[in-house]
Amino acid sequence: MIIEQSHFLFTALYIFSISIGGLLLNRKNIIILLISIELMLLAINLQFVIFSVYIDDIIGQICALLILTVAAAESAIGLALLVVYYRVKGTININKINLLHG
Amino acid sequence: MLLTLVLLPLLSTFTVFFIRFIGNKYAAFICTILLGLTFFFSLKSFYYIALMQNPCYMQTLPWFLNENLTIFWGFLFDSVTCVMLIVITSISFLVHLYSIEYMGGDPHLGRFMSYLSFFTFFMLILVTGDNLVQMFVGWEGVGLCSYLLINFFYNRIQANKAALKAMIMNRIGDFGLSLGIMLIFFLCKSVDYHVVFSSIPFLIENSLYFFNIKVNLITCICLLLFIGAVGKSAQMGLHTWLPDAMEGPTPVSALIHAATMVTAGVFLIIRCSFLFEFSDTALDILTIVGALTAFFAATTGLLQNDAKRVIAYSTCSQLGYMVFVCGVSGYSASLFHLANHAFFKALLFLTAGSLIHGMQDEQDFRKMGGLSKLLPYSYSMFLIGSLSLAGFPFLTGFYSKDMILELTFSSYLFKGTFAYTLGVISAFFTAFYSFRLIYWAFLAKPNGYRYSYEHASESKFFIVAPLAILSLASIFVGYIFRDMFLGVGTSFWNNAIFVLPENNLILESEFIPTFNKLTPVFFSLLGSFTAFIIYNFLLKKIFTLNFVFIKIYTFLNKRWYFDKIYNEFIAIYLVKMGYSITFKLIDRGLLEMFGPVGIINKFLKLSRNLSNIQSGLIYHYLFVMLMGLIIFLSLIMGQIQNYIFISANILLIFVVLVFNFLV
Repeated sequence: MIIEQSHFLFTALYIFSISIGGLLLNRKNIIILLISIELMLLAINLQFVIFSVYIDDIIGQICALLILTVAAAESAIGLALLVVYYRVKGTININKINLLHG
Repeated sequence: MLLTLVLLPLLSTFTVFFIRFIGNKYAAFICTILLGLTFFFSLKSFYYIALMQNPCYMQTLPWFLNENLTIFWGFLFDSVTCVMLIVITSISFLVHLYSIEYMGGDPHLGRFMSYLSFFTFFMLILVTGDNLVQMFVGWEGVGLCSYLLINFFYNRIQANKAALKAMIMNRIGDFGLSLGIMLIFFLCKSVDYHVVFSSIPFLIENSLYFFNIKVNLITCICLLLFIGAVGKSAQMGLHTWLPDAMEGPTPVSALIHAATMVTAGVFLIIRCSFLFEFSDTALDILTIVGALTAFFAATTGLLQNDAKRVIAYSTCSQLGYMVFVCGVSGYSASLFHLANHAFFKALLFLTAGSLIHGMQDEQDFRKMGGLSKLLPYSYSMFLIGSLSLAGFPFLTGFYSKDMILELTFSSYLFKGTFAYTLGVISAFFTAFYSFRLIYWAFLAKPNGYRYSYEHASESKFFIVAPLAILSLASIFVGYIFRDMFLGVGTSFWNNAIFVLPENNLILESEFIPTFNKLTPVFFSLLGSFTAFIIYNFLLKKIFTLNFVFIKIYTFLNKRWYFDKIYNEFIAIYLVKMGYSITFKLIDRGLLEMFGPVGIINKFLKLSRNLSNIQSGLIYHYLFVMLMGLIIFLSLIMGQIQNYIFISANILLIFVVLVFNFLV
């Protein structure tokens, strides 16, 4: 079986869709939310790398590196917020984060 | 002299501003003196203008100067005006004199006098105006003063209601009159009497299409003017205010509701004889309505128990006489009756006031009785007034009333016979109720409270003197002025009244059968004797009469149920309609729901729904983001494929959004 570009892209798309599903359907835990976001960034990274290889252009890989750092920073900040939130509320349940409703 | 005559009562009105400096008593005397001067001037003008046949016409200041509509403050003094002047100023002067004593105990005497003078001023404007608009000023002014005077005791609810009723009933008539004036302007392009009356003979063919029905314009004008006269002169239909207006003080009843204001309608008809003569339809309606009024009011007056109310219905009945004789073109007889009636009706009212005053303000004559010994002066005055009213031979009323009946008989038309018959029957009833009143008040056994009899006394000079003067007038005026007013070929009117040659009945009326000439007198005498006999000898029998009699009694005592019908079948429904349709349905319903309240409610609900979208839950926000992305993408895809598909899609999305978020 010849592995084509589309197979790689579909893999990335599936990962992205699963992560969206994780964001939408998860009703309990903020950590799963953060993990899903990481997964989304991962899928995007994968796409960048695939396109970089197939187009034969280094810029995609540069972007992938950049996104890696952004993702790391983001998850650091996210986890920090999570800790602060847990310190205040004593829980990390998403259903309880609706104090700012209209 | 002539303008002074008109403006003196206005000057007299202004005393009201100085009451606090000069006091009520002096204000009253000043008013009376000024009115006396007015009376003197009007006598003088009567001599110079009416007797010397020297009509005077002047235009003073301009009022409206538009392109086509030029109205001046103009004054026209001719025979008709001068007769009215004499009537108004003499009665007004005597009533002023009378009020000094009668209202002497009232803390607002000055205000009362001022109102009386103000009324006189407007009445003078009404009769002296040389155009219809100025006449209308006076017309409305006397309506206003009528309101103020009926409502003089403003803390009495009945007086308030009566005043409102008088104002509103008059206003219905004024509506017709103002329409009539507008039509006259439409037809003649002027409202000045001289222009209108001289151009009318050339305009008799003009007609108007109203609801696709062709109406002769002059008939239309005359009928509208007549509606005004119906309102002011209390003809059948709009008469209910007149008896209620008896809530005002007695001098007011004497001045306004007997002698002057109610005759304004008749004056209007007489003044507009130039118009009425050219419309046979209007004349027919005048005759029939007038005759019905005379009959209706006479029967109603039969069984009223309030002294003033009886006299009020008598006024109404006599106004009917004046109107129906106008309908057979007997304008001069109408004016003659107007003048005579003013004197004897003022006498009757003022005497009734004296009687009421003497009996501790008791108005119900069933609680009087036996006063001929206690109040002989009032008795004799009342007798003179009643005899004159009933048309006792050779008193004032006889000359005009019999002339009216002769004139109507000599018109060989159905309407003449109709009016004659009803007039004669009314004459019978008139005599009957006059003598019923006299019997109950003066001749019957005492029925009142002992206290009243202990304190019953004749009044002082200022009440007695006007009665004496009016009684002399009630006896002699008719005899003295008969030939001048009604003589065959009299030149007194001097073009002030116009009668078409084919309508002129003065000569015929002299040659009607003797039987028909004597009938009214006979019926009057019969009426007075019947009243005396019934109430003197058959009183016990009357109270044991049967069911039918009670029905008739109630019918007449409740004034033919006119008030009941107006209240329960018209007024209530109008008020209900005003509340449920105009107020509840339109104002508070449609206009508010499509207006401010509806918009406010809608936006409140909308914003509540929109803010509910912000649930605060993260996955909801994510869902909205995702859905937005999907919808946006699908729209773009759709647009690429097919335009119609996309617009249907947008529509669907829009509907779903609206349905979810807005409702």
